[in-house]
Amino acid sequence: MHRLSEFIVGLLFGLGLLLSGMTDPGKVLGFLDLFGQWDPSLAFVMGGAILVGFFAFALAKKRTTSFLGGALRLPTSNVIDKRLVIGGLLFGAGWGLAGFCPGPALVSMAAGQEKALIFVAAMLVGMVVFELITWRAAVIRSVDFDNASPLRRGSSARFDRDKT
Amino acid sequence: MTIDWSHFTPWASLAGGLLLGLASALFILLNGRILGISGILGGLIPPKRHDAIWRLAFLAGLFASPWIYKALAPTSLLTAARIDASVLLLIIAGLLVGIGTRYGAGCTSGHGVCGLARLSPRSLVATLAFMGAGFAVVFVARHLF
Repeated sequence: MHRLSEFIVGLLFGLGLLLSGMTDPGKVLGFLDLFGQWDPSLAFVMGGAILVGFFAFALAKKRTTSFLGGALRLPTSNVIDKRLVIGGLLFGAGWGLAGFCPGPALVSMAAGQEKALIFVAAMLVGMVVFELITWRAAVIRSVDFDNASPLRRGSSARFDRDKT
Repeated sequence: MTIDWSHFTPWASLAGGLLLGLASALFILLNGRILGISGILGGLIPPKRHDAIWRLAFLAGLFASPWIYKALAPTSLLTAARIDASVLLLIIAGLLVGIGTRYGAGCTSGHGVCGLARLSPRSLVATLAFMGAGFAVVFVARHLF
């Protein structure tokens, strides 16, 4: 049941991206071009999505389990730090260069767009680079704190993987 | 600022947005998870036992979507994507998006839709950062060069 629901949600999300115009980088860049010929369509995408989401999350906040009976994992982090802002700025710069964010890039790749495949391949490399950087940082930290036992490196190399 | 009326699609974009909201709503209420594409994908690097399967089920649905869309949508809604970026630019952009979304723990879906919908100040800051950078980069690329 969970697998079916995940599949259907992925499908609906992809259909939403296609219908809204998010899978057209030209349209995305038209929205980001505030000082040229501006296409405000993406504000309608965000508005529609947030409107529905607002009620769903208001309901979700009152629950501890999902309707299919698993844990309801709402993000707990409230940290606003350099990492959040720098990550956002790097992502936004890439978004503005090509007009692709992760979801539409994956959908376009699945549709057979060669350029989207190139973008997704680079994006995956970027994600691997992130894992290597944070893994290395965690190893260095663990060595600083506990340089007497290098054997612990492997176990303490797990970095927090907070989502959103 | 002038409005680009020829490309403006308020109704299709609003309808698409409502679908994105519905998908995000179903995901948190049925599966108890935040619908964030960069987090779902990034969690597969490296894949972990008992954690990869739900991510793959979601991605399978996402990958099926363009084929179902092509079969169902009226031709007026089947517009060709305009991808003007060169291969080099696509690679640079992809690297930035990959590192940035993982470093900032979210992208347009996780922070921009789910985060703003649950009124998270953290997601608001992230969204302002990536929107601001996006506006700035397009301004520089289109109006300064």
